[in-house]
Amino acid sequence: MLFRSPAALRRMGVLGMNERNVGYIGRYNPRRNYPLVDNKLLTKSRAQSRAIPVPQLYAVVEYQHQVARSNELLVPYQGFVIKPAQGSGGRGILVVQGRRGDNYLKASGMEISPDEVARHISNILAGLHSLGGRNDTAMVEALIDFDPCLAKFSYEGVPDIRVIAFRGVPVMAMMRCATHASDGKANLHQGAVGVGLDIATGSALRAVQHGQLVDAHPDTGASFDSLQIPHWERVLDLAASCVEMTGLQYLGADIVLDRQQGPVLLELNARPGLAIQVANQAGLRDRLAIAAEIAAATDDHDEKIEAARARLGGGG
Amino acid sequence: MLSSRLKIELIAGALILFGVGLTVYKVFALGFPLLPGEYREVWTIETKISFQPESGAVDVKLTLPEPVAGWELLDEHFASSGFGFAIRGEEPRRANWTKQNLQRETTLYYKLQAYRPTVDALPDRPPEALMPPLLNPDQQVAMERLLNVLRAKSVDVESFTSLLLVEMGPEGSDPDAGFLRSTWEEESGDILLGILAHAGIPAGHLRGIRLEDGRRRQTASALLEVYDGDNWLVFDPETASRGLPPNFFVWQRGSQALLDVVGGSRSRLEFALVSNSLPARAVVAMEQRLGRYALLDFSVYALPVEQQGVFKGLLLLPVAALVVVIMRLLVGISTSGTFMPILIAIAFIQTTLLVGLGIFLTLVAAGLWIRSWLSHMNLLLVSRISAVVIVVIFLMATLALVSYKLGLDQVLSVSFFPVVILAWTIERMSILWEEEGPHEVLVQGGGSLLVAVLAYLAMSNRLVSHLTFNFPELTLSLLGVILLLGKYTGYRLSELYRFRNLGRD
Repeated sequence: MLFRSPAALRRMGVLGMNERNVGYIGRYNPRRNYPLVDNKLLTKSRAQSRAIPVPQLYAVVEYQHQVARSNELLVPYQGFVIKPAQGSGGRGILVVQGRRGDNYLKASGMEISPDEVARHISNILAGLHSLGGRNDTAMVEALIDFDPCLAKFSYEGVPDIRVIAFRGVPVMAMMRCATHASDGKANLHQGAVGVGLDIATGSALRAVQHGQLVDAHPDTGASFDSLQIPHWERVLDLAASCVEMTGLQYLGADIVLDRQQGPVLLELNARPGLAIQVANQAGLRDRLAIAAEIAAATDDHDEKIEAARARLGGGG
Repeated sequence: MLSSRLKIELIAGALILFGVGLTVYKVFALGFPLLPGEYREVWTIETKISFQPESGAVDVKLTLPEPVAGWELLDEHFASSGFGFAIRGEEPRRANWTKQNLQRETTLYYKLQAYRPTVDALPDRPPEALMPPLLNPDQQVAMERLLNVLRAKSVDVESFTSLLLVEMGPEGSDPDAGFLRSTWEEESGDILLGILAHAGIPAGHLRGIRLEDGRRRQTASALLEVYDGDNWLVFDPETASRGLPPNFFVWQRGSQALLDVVGGSRSRLEFALVSNSLPARAVVAMEQRLGRYALLDFSVYALPVEQQGVFKGLLLLPVAALVVVIMRLLVGISTSGTFMPILIAIAFIQTTLLVGLGIFLTLVAAGLWIRSWLSHMNLLLVSRISAVVIVVIFLMATLALVSYKLGLDQVLSVSFFPVVILAWTIERMSILWEEEGPHEVLVQGGGSLLVAVLAYLAMSNRLVSHLTFNFPELTLSLLGVILLLGKYTGYRLSELYRFRNLGRD
């Protein structure tokens, strides 16, 4: 069947985009706090002041005339990530994992010249990857040395964990695994696998690619049954702290696992919520209602997370 | 304290009720037709008299049109601030503006609305006395030779006049006609009338306006009227064809001047024209009720002509906005840019749908190709977009030129496409292409086009344009509906598709 009836979706508690925009984003996310989320430099400095781990910032390129000298800035580092401070949807991210002579090596093993790196930075400054094409700032940050226990669930890219938190209560979570079809990107509509995670334990509930259930990663063959996110408590703690940090009550936190630091906050999203329902094969609405009850009952950070694990676990 | 939802619902409800209520009142109490029905083309003619005053008293006389040949006058309006004003005489009436002295260049206005319920012949009138102009001996000889040639070739007044017009026109070959034309003195009056007078045929000018919708600075034209002893025959001296041209508003017959300005120089008489298709019954209602109901004085019809034309288009925009809102909020089609589809739809109205689609796709495809070339040049964003703007303009000019040479006149309407919007569309599409691949370009571009086509269909619908123009209060109802949709929290059609497999194992 091509369409699902609205009644069936309502029964499952699926949150539609209109309801999300009016009922959650418009209502709980004050506009003036958006820059904290949309500008990754602001997110980073705010997170550091709250002792939330973030990738180390190496350098910032703000003006076009600095681009010519950008390669000097990069000399001390073997691997790094260049990204636009206000990029949207993971655009404009260049991951360099090493060097060969004067050239740089990308994650895929492709070699690129210093000129190409400079051009990438110049494009970022011109706003090519940014919301509305505004002028932007390029930031260079440390490469995530990502936890090898999750390596088998991703093809080329870094798997990241998205947690939606509402009023300080973690509500739903998924892991996004890059595949060959998604060209190493963790974008579900490009063919990445979305794995719904149990809020209580951090283990996989179900995995979905192209809207269909899958059991194992299509490229690596790793079965998702064995997936268990380490440091799960810390992941939930991080996501809930972000709500307090930004003042945005409805928010998605993108978290990656670093070998040394454990869960690290990569970026925040003020408009999350649709793809994660597909990955979990479950609706958000009822969970948001429970989260509202939890938030009304207690103001304590840890109590909220405990209640969330107790009431929202099991993937119902 | 009302919840914001209830507040919106109350406001929206009030707006919808107000709009619908006023419409119902106009339909039932004032007799406005709700459905388009039979249409009448009502022309609004705005006459502009401008002149440079000299010292002393100013006296301006304008001959007013008499409704002939089936034309009916609906409404007349004079603007004459600071002037003494009177209408004198009967058949023809003349408007007379007077003022003791005047400092700077002045413009006087006379606006009328006319329509033509029936196409009648011109009424009979007695011919004026023949007054052949005096000629010098050489001209006299040439005149006689020309008349003899024409008489030899013609059988009656009609064929004589036709031949005369051809010979006096740009393609005339008769040497005597050419000689008369080149030596004719201005004070002898119109050369055609002069020759006809020498031939003993009563003739005169038929002054009026060639009606073209949207023309701003139309000038009066003169047709030729000849009397064959029983009837008046009308000729168009420009085309030498017989009969009253269909879109010709007759202003005045006879030799009297249209405009006399005493105490002023460099006087100009210009007309601004707008045609509205109005339902026949509304025209009748207006005729009977104008000036009696304040409500009608506040309708769009009370505006000056040029603004009426503008509002005819503007009042359609809310409908297009509603289409965009519905397609985005209820259906969930993603478009590139929120209101880009409306601008494209407006361009489609000028170009017609298929031609417009063709032009749009050509321009965007060519623009994308050039943009992909520009992206290799590593330019800064602003100059890149400016470059695309210039290239798009150049493409439009090329397209217009090539199609004109090929005789495809419709493609000339390419200039109605908003250049900057096109350039932004190309830029967005090309970034989308680089980042998300051609698939996403097709999805978003197709979505935008689909919404644009739907908005076009809504705006070009006759019932819709009838309702928006005659019942502008319905725009408030539209506003109410759009406000309500802004609080719609149900699913979009696209989500019913996106979540179609949810919970089915």
